[in-house]
Amino acid sequence: MTDPTETATDGGAAIPDPDATTTDADPDSTAETDAESTPADEESTAGSPAKAPVRTGADSVVRALENAGVEHLFGVQGGAIMPVYDSVYDSEMRHYMMGHEQAAAHAADAYGIVSGSPGVCLATSGPGATNLVTGIADANMDSDPMVALTGQVPTEFVGNDAFQETDTTGVTAPITKDNTFASSPESVGDDVGEAFALAETGRPGPTLVDLPKDVTQADTDREPGPARPPDTYHVHEHAEDDAVAAAAEAIETANKPLLLVGGGVIKGAASEQAREFAMDYEIPVVTTMPAMGAFPEDHELSLEMGGMHGTGFANMALTHTDCLIAVGCRFDDRLTGGIETFAPDAEVVHVDIDPAEISKNVQADYPLIGDAGTVLEQLQDAVTETPPATKWRATCKQWQSEYPMDYAAPEDEPVKPQFVVEAYDAATGDDAIVTTGVGQHQMWAAQYWTYTEPRTWVSSHGLGTMGYGLPAAIGARVAADAEGKEDAAVVAFEGDGSFLMTMQELAVAVRENLDVTVAVLNNEYIGMVRQWQDAFFDGRHSASEYGWCPDFAKLAEAFGAKGITVEDYDEVADAVEDSLAYDGPAVVDFRVDPEENVYPMVPSGGDNGQFALEADQL
Amino acid sequence: MSDESTENAERETHHDDVAPRANTDESREGLAGPLPHERPTPQGRRNKQGIRVDPEVEAEHEPRRAVISVLVTHEPGVLSEVSSLFSRRQFNIESLTVGATNDPDRARITVVTEEPDPGIDQVEKQLRKLIPVISVRELDPDAVRRELAIVKVDAENPSEVAAVADMYDARTVDASQSTVTVEVTGSRQKIEGAIDTFGQFGIREVTRTGTAAQARGTNRTAGTASETATTEAVEAAHATDGGEPVDEPDATNDTDTDHQ
Repeated sequence: MTDPTETATDGGAAIPDPDATTTDADPDSTAETDAESTPADEESTAGSPAKAPVRTGADSVVRALENAGVEHLFGVQGGAIMPVYDSVYDSEMRHYMMGHEQAAAHAADAYGIVSGSPGVCLATSGPGATNLVTGIADANMDSDPMVALTGQVPTEFVGNDAFQETDTTGVTAPITKDNTFASSPESVGDDVGEAFALAETGRPGPTLVDLPKDVTQADTDREPGPARPPDTYHVHEHAEDDAVAAAAEAIETANKPLLLVGGGVIKGAASEQAREFAMDYEIPVVTTMPAMGAFPEDHELSLEMGGMHGTGFANMALTHTDCLIAVGCRFDDRLTGGIETFAPDAEVVHVDIDPAEISKNVQADYPLIGDAGTVLEQLQDAVTETPPATKWRATCKQWQSEYPMDYAAPEDEPVKPQFVVEAYDAATGDDAIVTTGVGQHQMWAAQYWTYTEPRTWVSSHGLGTMGYGLPAAIGARVAADAEGKEDAAVVAFEGDGSFLMTMQELAVAVRENLDVTVAVLNNEYIGMVRQWQDAFFDGRHSASEYGWCPDFAKLAEAFGAKGITVEDYDEVADAVEDSLAYDGPAVVDFRVDPEENVYPMVPSGGDNGQFALEADQL
Repeated sequence: MSDESTENAERETHHDDVAPRANTDESREGLAGPLPHERPTPQGRRNKQGIRVDPEVEAEHEPRRAVISVLVTHEPGVLSEVSSLFSRRQFNIESLTVGATNDPDRARITVVTEEPDPGIDQVEKQLRKLIPVISVRELDPDAVRRELAIVKVDAENPSEVAAVADMYDARTVDASQSTVTVEVTGSRQKIEGAIDTFGQFGIREVTRTGTAAQARGTNRTAGTASETATTEAVEAAHATDGGEPVDEPDATNDTDTDHQ
């Protein structure tokens, strides 16, 4: 960093007071960077004295990542990204060579969810970049902080349909928070720093920098400036006082208040504030799926997850509340069902950092634009009386007993998938991290695991990407280890169909000796599709039924992982114990009841209050 | 759950925080609880825009035409970002123009959209989220709005064409033995009227620009200062400014009269 004032104001690595936004989620990295840089030669660069000076655009890219506190990278090599990888070779950053770029993106995404700091993925041009697309779209839908760096053909070839050329910024524009085509070796490091800052500032999201090979290869000795978002980007942290006061009054006088906690509460590190607010004012809590863990599901105020496969009591509460305090949620259709019947009696207090979410799907009577934690604190101060909701809480309790989340588990039938989820939950601590693919198994993992801590639930919510579970487990494991949580279990629930989409990443888990457990809830169906076909397509199992499945335990062994097959209830406990105890990746193929369905269920566009408890009620 | 099987008992040994929820009632399908029709139902309802409405007098918001001015950084790809936003979010777009401003680093995009009020609100908010967008503002109905059309007609009666052109302050910009091409500038209504009238001569081709628009008087169109800071001031200023929402050249400090 050539400009010491810039360093001083923005907290580059050279001063022992790093920018909180880039390092607060990763205290270890902060300490380490500080330790290295404190004795650094004042004349030297921003990094540690051991770091070689920047010589090329690629060096500048790597330096920008190091300056931002990045310690882990997930990627796949290839022609146009080779200069960047050549610079990574000399860096202290740890690179995980993934099997497929999609997995690199999912791993980076999960890393961002668990650590709170953007995960970084790399890919080459053309197919490398397009393979990232699913993972980028996934991160975008779930507002996960992530940075994607893609190689590109040299600038003079762009537009010529050169080998492995794709219009990457064009392809990813609608699915990134922002993307940039790096135009010069002098500024490419700044572009990367800006992408990193933007990914984690305000409403998080994926950003991408496209790196043409001539730019990364070109000579430059310019050290990148500090990572900061562009001047045109503004974030409102505080809600307006008048608006807060009005919302507070609505809350104080509500007879049936309900706190709807969204994923923004976790991203905004506002779980504590949300808990305090709900508990102080005795307001029942429903979470959206991405928010699971933000509020402890074993607390008496918790009504657990709402929406399509949410609990009956959560959906009853959503339907009957007269004051819905929604924090950091975007009212996805899987939560609201038909908008006409969503919380139809409720005045809506909507807290969000993104003004565009206000009144996008559900009109906000009290819009509060700001950071989740900050606004919850403002509300905490402004609300002076506990709402008169004794009767409401009793009603919610009654619903909890009327609509229990249980399931029949006859001994003479195949193992119920819910039972497997509960068995893993019971055998692991509160800090265990669950990742999932997408489908029935994901819903059972959501419904039957009791989440009590934020950042322990890692799933593909908005995009619904099958195959997310294993690559996400890899990213989650790396992030947890980096935070010193080596003892926390990482359990990936997968379906047979979902697992087959990305199971090649077992090679990575084995090579890197990552302690992850994959629990395949194998029903030999694309189960959610089969369930819908039974419900809505006269049971015609078109392209959802294989009739044959590979032997997942053998496959796991072939990869060098531990493989276990479970057919009966009496094998479950040992399999759970062995797979968790195994130091390294383990795969358990649970042959579960193929006919089991996910309930409760609100059909698409349906009325949340009319959730079905079985197929006949749809 | 009193008659737990041995497996369930086995499970019990693991658990401390998770109560087993499996039951062994083999006859039961699905989950327990009152049937949908047995449940209490709420009184209210929302409309398609998520606004609570009186179910008796359910009214949808009617679309209206809005002119939105967007100041952006002058860099490659901005126009495509803006236009793809409209298609991706299914906002109706009537016209979109883009051009340089007096600041070489800034360009101005003028979008005419037709949406109900909540939709217009979303258009503005989504535009603001784009990183190259500096400011966004819906212009008041009285804003200066201009379009340009180039109309090529058959030249069988050149003097009549000239007379019509005169009526619309149109300029003849090209002529051949068989065609006359005129340029018309003005409000959308005027352009449409002109094209309609030129139709009698036989129109060969029409090229239109879409709307370029600017706020009147001292009002800001979409300025460089922070949106939130200026919006109220602008609105306050506007209250004292009785601009005429008609198609007359106006005495503002900009060059609105350059079409003559």
